[in-house]
Amino acid sequence: MSIRERLSGNEAAAIAMKQINPDVVAAFPITPSTEIPQYFSTFVSNGTVDTEFVAVESEHSAMSACIGAESAGGRAMTATSANGLSLMWEMIYIASSLRLPIVMSLVNRAVSGPLNIHCDHSDAMGVRDSGWIQLFSENNQEAYDNLIMAHQIAENKDVLLPLMVCQDGFITSHSIENIELIEDDKVKEFVGKYEPEHYLLNHEEPIAVGPLDLQAYLFEHKKQQADAMVAAKKVILEVSERFEKMTGRKYGFFEEYKLDDAEIAIVCMNSTAGTAKATCDKLREQGIKAGVLKVRVFRPFPAEEIAKALSKLKAVAVLDKADSLNAAGGALFEDVTSGMFVNNIHVPTVNYVYGIGGRDTTVTDIEKVYKDLEEIVKTGDIKNPYRYLGVRGDN
Amino acid sequence: MTENEINSKTPYQDLTIGGNIYKAGNAKEFKTGDWRSTTPCFIPEKCKQCGLCYPVCPEDSIPVKDGKRLDFDFDSCKGCGVCAKVCPFGAIEMK
Repeated sequence: MSIRERLSGNEAAAIAMKQINPDVVAAFPITPSTEIPQYFSTFVSNGTVDTEFVAVESEHSAMSACIGAESAGGRAMTATSANGLSLMWEMIYIASSLRLPIVMSLVNRAVSGPLNIHCDHSDAMGVRDSGWIQLFSENNQEAYDNLIMAHQIAENKDVLLPLMVCQDGFITSHSIENIELIEDDKVKEFVGKYEPEHYLLNHEEPIAVGPLDLQAYLFEHKKQQADAMVAAKKVILEVSERFEKMTGRKYGFFEEYKLDDAEIAIVCMNSTAGTAKATCDKLREQGIKAGVLKVRVFRPFPAEEIAKALSKLKAVAVLDKADSLNAAGGALFEDVTSGMFVNNIHVPTVNYVYGIGGRDTTVTDIEKVYKDLEEIVKTGDIKNPYRYLGVRGDN
Repeated sequence: MTENEINSKTPYQDLTIGGNIYKAGNAKEFKTGDWRSTTPCFIPEKCKQCGLCYPVCPEDSIPVKDGKRLDFDFDSCKGCGVCAKVCPFGAIEMK
């Protein structure tokens, strides 16, 4: 029997890490992810886990220690947010290019400045091209479930890529909600033992990791990474299916909410999906055919699958909780629209940058988006495809 | 797969991931002598085989056989000139 609990998103992540019981956790505190290593260090002190906890002096060192531990043949995990991830930047690329399946819990927060500690997705979007798998979570349950699935995806022989599980800072990380935990022994069995083929501490096979890789080689190694990211799509679905067999909770690349007969839909990630679903329900009562597509797997990006799921709609709004500041639109919008274009699917699509720096996004805000979509369907005129939702001074 | 089988013609499918090298003791296969900008020239007529030059070479680029030094190993010599500095007899000239 699964265990019913009430936990915050950070507690859920820390408990997932406890059940995974990795060899090494190296982390540095930063709001709003601080509690994850804090709770985890309690498990270490209490002897609940066998993990070596490395209290490093910065996030750059946290990722470096994870890289060292993972190359040595161990399972390494960390947690961070925003500027902490920014300080890891250099090592983020080293981790993925050395093909080390490190798992990170990323509690999304605005990358300063001016100084802001609240939720948006600018941290995750900053590393979207770094070769990490990125899974997004609507609530504490999904943050927990995604972490339990993480190692089986990342460590797969066809993948071998690091993976980050994202959840919204404060909105999810500090909200206490009901959650269903899996029994310790079941998690242990599901996560399995990490047995890398090659690792530094294998005295039978001395190896070199991260050697000089100049013009004759880096190009080919990048192609290997690209192929691994493509292969990850199949592995993510396989692992999700096994997870569903264990828990009954179904996960795919994305969740389609009332999309079957929908005419207008919102595409978004993380906690806003909850608000969008509630709005959708409200509009359905009024006879408006609204739907939601919640992206779970952002890297690898399921471009073709999303394009097909949106193909029957009359208008789509893509919500970005980070701006690319490129004078064209947010990252999710660009990926969704390019996916549609490449697959020859042409649905009027509009972008809303929203919730920057932790600004609340309410049912009323989302309702306005659906109303705008109805207008686009009626007139066929998008006017401005790159909008800010609810910003002061905008008409 | 060892680095011996990998070269600049190897297709990406046959490369080790991340460029890992699954064999030890292969640094000598990397010809770092390519980096050299000045070159030491050994003048055997002036050499007294005093033995001062080869212990100071940071790259072990002065081969020694039966207690006598031979000409430079240019596969690894980076032309630092330390050997020329310590030679009391002017038997090494940097060019």
